[in-house]
Order: sequence, then structure tokens, then C-alpha cells
Amino acid sequence: MESSLKNMVLVLFTITLLSSAAVGGVYMLTEEPIAQAKELAVKDALAQVLPQFEATTKQSIEVNQLPIVAHTATIAGETVGYAVESISKNGFGGAVRLMVGFDTEGKILNINVLEQKETPGLGTKMADEGNVLLASLKDKNAAEVNMTVKKDGGDIDALTAATISSRAYAEAVAIAYEAFKVASGAQSKAGDVTTGATKQEGGQHE
Amino acid sequence: MSNNRLSLIWKGIIKENPTFVLVLGMCPTLGTTTSAINGLGMGVATMAVLIMSNAVIAMIKNFIPDKVRIPAFIVVIASFVTVIDMLMQAYVPSLYSALGVFIPLIVVNCIILGRAEAFASKNGVLDSALDGVGIGLGFTLSLTTIGAIREILGSGSIFGLSLGIADYMPLVFVLAPGGFLVLGFLMVLFNKYLKK
Repeated sequence: MESSLKNMVLVLFTITLLSSAAVGGVYMLTEEPIAQAKELAVKDALAQVLPQFEATTKQSIEVNQLPIVAHTATIAGETVGYAVESISKNGFGGAVRLMVGFDTEGKILNINVLEQKETPGLGTKMADEGNVLLASLKDKNAAEVNMTVKKDGGDIDALTAATISSRAYAEAVAIAYEAFKVASGAQSKAGDVTTGATKQEGGQHE
Repeated sequence: MSNNRLSLIWKGIIKENPTFVLVLGMCPTLGTTTSAINGLGMGVATMAVLIMSNAVIAMIKNFIPDKVRIPAFIVVIASFVTVIDMLMQAYVPSLYSALGVFIPLIVVNCIILGRAEAFASKNGVLDSALDGVGIGLGFTLSLTTIGAIREILGSGSIFGLSLGIADYMPLVFVLAPGGFLVLGFLMVLFNKYLKK
């Protein structure tokens, strides 16, 4: 088709108009499912790291200038555990985000990797079931563990050939424990923390 | 379906295979094929965009002035990619997070603009959609094959199922150098035995 200024402007305008209408329409359709999928991912992670609970309350705590979200799980108002969404920015491929579950005494119940961009086959093993990082932390009281890898004089077994990823993992767990200390003592010194008032439905532990 | 139409699809898989023969779209090919499922997901997402953009471009080709052809094509392609991106985020969040930045980058995948320019802008709607199916299948099969080989050799599993041999496998195949090696060898074999 011959090009003239008029038809070029007209055609491009029409195409962009129709395209943006289509994209906007799909956005409206998918907005809710996307939010649900994200919420479901958080709920799944909570159920995996916590004992059975009815409800959780969320609060954000600042540790090392990082905003950390701590979930307090309760049954009939009684606290049964804490889950902390922790982060380390020192992974091999960027940030490593973990969900760490504690009981009321500070014992680490389970750790779930929410997000990582480590080297496939090396650092990504941190998300595998029963990997050495998790094994050296699970069911131990966080207060009694030196949260650095063995190479740095700590108590945590590092993944083979993924020391940097392992250090990031250890750091994220240490940050989670700091947040746990604040969260579990939060009732007494509420001034330190900003409490988000969102209440979620209870996730069932299966 | 007539023989001619069938050959349109077959052509995209063998004779004009986008990965091994046309050698287009190498960035997502090397970037996403660390496992079979990632390769498959990337291939299917690209195929979906390709079929839709080919069909729409064939539909509107007579209304587009020649000088603004490329911007018009890009807008159509980008819209479909955004739609696919949002749909994947909503309904297959795990695959979406595994493929990450490569989904938005489908916009600049040379295969899609290449087919728009070389095929869809000269042919009818049905033929263009079938061309999209053929090229899309070719891309999907190639990526899944590369991903499967890299996953078996590198992490000792296939489609996430462990074969119990992970400890004896050379990890390099999951990393970038292994991607180039697998791609190179497959390209040689493909062109020697399949593309007659």
C-alpha cells in the first residue's frame, strides 16, 4: 500500500489503539488470578514451614535495613510458631528469598526457598529436598547454631561448589532469626515494629 | 487438510527448522534450555505468539502502508506477548518464574518478526497461521530436545524426574558452554541426517 503521512498516522494510531484495548482487557481478566496465584504461593510456603495453624498475622520488621515480613501463626489466639520471609542480596545470581519457620522457642522447623536465581545444578540445590544446608539447620534451635558456613568457621554444611550461594542462604536464615527475635518479643516492645493488620485465612497443614 | 497445507507445517519442522536450519532466536534457545520442561514452555509460548501474530498480520496486511510496516508488526507482536505474559503469570506461575525475562523478550525474537515479514505479509490468514504452527512446532521440538539432552547429561534427570545418576554427570551441560556444545552437535546431526 502507498504510504502517505495521513494513512501512516491513521493506521498506526488505529493499531496501537486496538492493541492497548486488547492488552487492557486481558489485564482486567488476569489481575485477580495473578493476585490469587501470588497469595497461594505465600500460603503454600507458610503451610510447609509451620505446624498446623488457624490464622496468621503479618508484620514487617526491619533487619539490616532490609524489610522482612514475619508471619505469626496462631490457634485460638495462642501463638504456635513464626514464619519469616527473609532475603539475602548476596546470592550468586542476585537475591535469595527464603521462608523460615520457627516454633515459639526458636527451633527451626523448616526452610522453603521462595526465589533464587543461582547457577542451575549448583546453587539451585538449595531448593532441593533434604539438601545439606537444610539438613544442618532443620530441627535445631537457631540460638545454638553459628549461622555461617563451615568454611567461615560456622556450623552450616555448604553445598558442593556453591559456597557463595550457601553463604547467602546462611545469611538469609540469620536475618530471619533476627526478625524472629523481634517478632517473638514484639508484644512487649511494640514500638519497634509496624504491625500490618492483615489477617489471612488459616492454611491447613497436610 | 490438503497435502499442500500439511507440507506448510512439515516445512517448519524439518526443512526450515528455525533453530537448526534458519539458526534464528539463539538467545532464548541457549538461555532457557537448561531443562526439558523449560525448553518446552518457551517453545509453546513462542508458538502461541507466532500463530496469533501471523494470523493477525495476514489479516491486516492490506491496510498497512509499506513505510510503517515494521512498527505496525512490532506493536501487534508486543501486544500478544504481553497477553501471553499475563496469562502465564496467572495460570502457570511456576513456569512463569522459571522462564523469567525470556517471556517479554519473545517480542524481539527474530523468528516472529521474520515470519511476519517473510510469510504472513505475503500470504492468506489460514496459510500464515499454519506457517506459525509449523515454525512454532519446529522451535518447540528443537528446544525440548536440547533441554532434554542438557538435563540428562547435566543434572541426570528428565522432565524433573531423577534418573538416579546425578552424581556422575558433568555439570557443564547445564551451564552456558554445554548449551553451545549440545546445540552445535545437534545442528550437525540434524543437517546431515534429517534435512535431505
